[in-house]
Amino acid sequence: MRAILRFTLAESCPDPAEVLRSRDLPDAPDLPVRARGALEEALARFADLSEPRAVFEEIPATVFASVLGDVDADRSVVAHVFPRADALALFAATVGEPVCLEIRRLFARGDIVLGYMLDTVASVAADRLSDLTTVRFRDALGPRNSRRTRILPYSPGYCGWPTTGQGALFEQLQPGEIGITLNDSCLMWPLKSISGVLVAGPLAAHTFETDFPFCDACATRECRARLATAAAGDELWTS
Amino acid sequence: MDILKQIAEALRQGEDESVLTLASQALASGIPPKSVLDDGLIAGMNVVGDQFRRREIFLPDVLLAARAMHAGLDVLKPHLSRNGVPSRGKVVLGSVRGDLHDIGKNLVAIMLQGAGFQVIDLGHDVSPEAFVDAAMDAGASVIGMSALLTTTMARMKDVVELLRQRGLAGTIRTIVGGAPVSAEFARAIGADDYAFDAADAVERVRGLIEAR
Repeated sequence: MRAILRFTLAESCPDPAEVLRSRDLPDAPDLPVRARGALEEALARFADLSEPRAVFEEIPATVFASVLGDVDADRSVVAHVFPRADALALFAATVGEPVCLEIRRLFARGDIVLGYMLDTVASVAADRLSDLTTVRFRDALGPRNSRRTRILPYSPGYCGWPTTGQGALFEQLQPGEIGITLNDSCLMWPLKSISGVLVAGPLAAHTFETDFPFCDACATRECRARLATAAAGDELWTS
Repeated sequence: MDILKQIAEALRQGEDESVLTLASQALASGIPPKSVLDDGLIAGMNVVGDQFRRREIFLPDVLLAARAMHAGLDVLKPHLSRNGVPSRGKVVLGSVRGDLHDIGKNLVAIMLQGAGFQVIDLGHDVSPEAFVDAAMDAGASVIGMSALLTTTMARMKDVVELLRQRGLAGTIRTIVGGAPVSAEFARAIGADDYAFDAADAVERVRGLIEAR
């Protein structure tokens, strides 16, 4: 099962409160007037320039094992989790190139307030696309989806899955179809893109102890927050 | 209020047009450009940094002030010495190899420039060699590294090691930051310092340069 997804602006564009919350900023009325204006302008530019798209493809566990290569379950959360999954899908999503070029242009010309706001809007939108892709994958599971099913995305770069893993992921998924490419360092272009694997299974399938080699050095513990959100039954954990 | 205090206050409020006008007026009235810079623009930016550190203002306020700072600098540049805007030190910045996240690093660059440092921003996905070569070429005293991923933060150690191999440890100091990075991690990899956020980075870099 492979699907190319195109999203409407209403689906993909974050609301102002969501953007501000993502950066721990106060509600709009408490922001300086000029910053509020920049946020509104950033949302307008996002509306003009975004080309939100995604692709997902369901794969068997054996194929995902080959995508992971030598990333083993003792060193990576996703390698620990995926054997317990009911279903797996590789995915990639992007807000599109024009928005990313505009962010670069704004910073280059010193328009740092608008640049920062548009960067933030695009980051939140990319997470939103990941959420939306998760929902579409859930729909595609049909009768295999149940009330106990929790779908979480796992991405290269996080929790022991190196960014170099994106090479094998891209070879399998071929997201060039929606305009996402990799550079020599396995980094995505457009920058505001997200990729990984959607793991569908009961909450227990996603649960792990934070005793991986990288956990001590990690100051975020975001993995705990999203597991807690998944436990509460909220699929859109990034929102 | 004297005009330098007005400049500092306008900068604090993020009023770039006012800063531009007031800086021009200050120069026209015979105030030395260096005074306008130190006692107007940088004084204002220091207040902004302090307020941000105390959580009295938010990041957009800082960015507005930084934009106003740039407006003021544009007025001053032709009047400053042949060498341009005096620098409090040179800092090479970048997100480490394999990491494309650079908004935090960009904010650090903006804050450092606002505090009078010269920043050589290498962007993202920067190799250890590029960090060290750029610092040597520019005569920078500090390399600042950013990472957002647990899988890329380990690359920071490669830069520290490369400096050691080239006999530059102690001459070029290192400071690290980014969401998963901590002071403990900085110590473990042998970095000279760790910054919690952009405002903290300014203080830490200042400390590293003054300690030399």
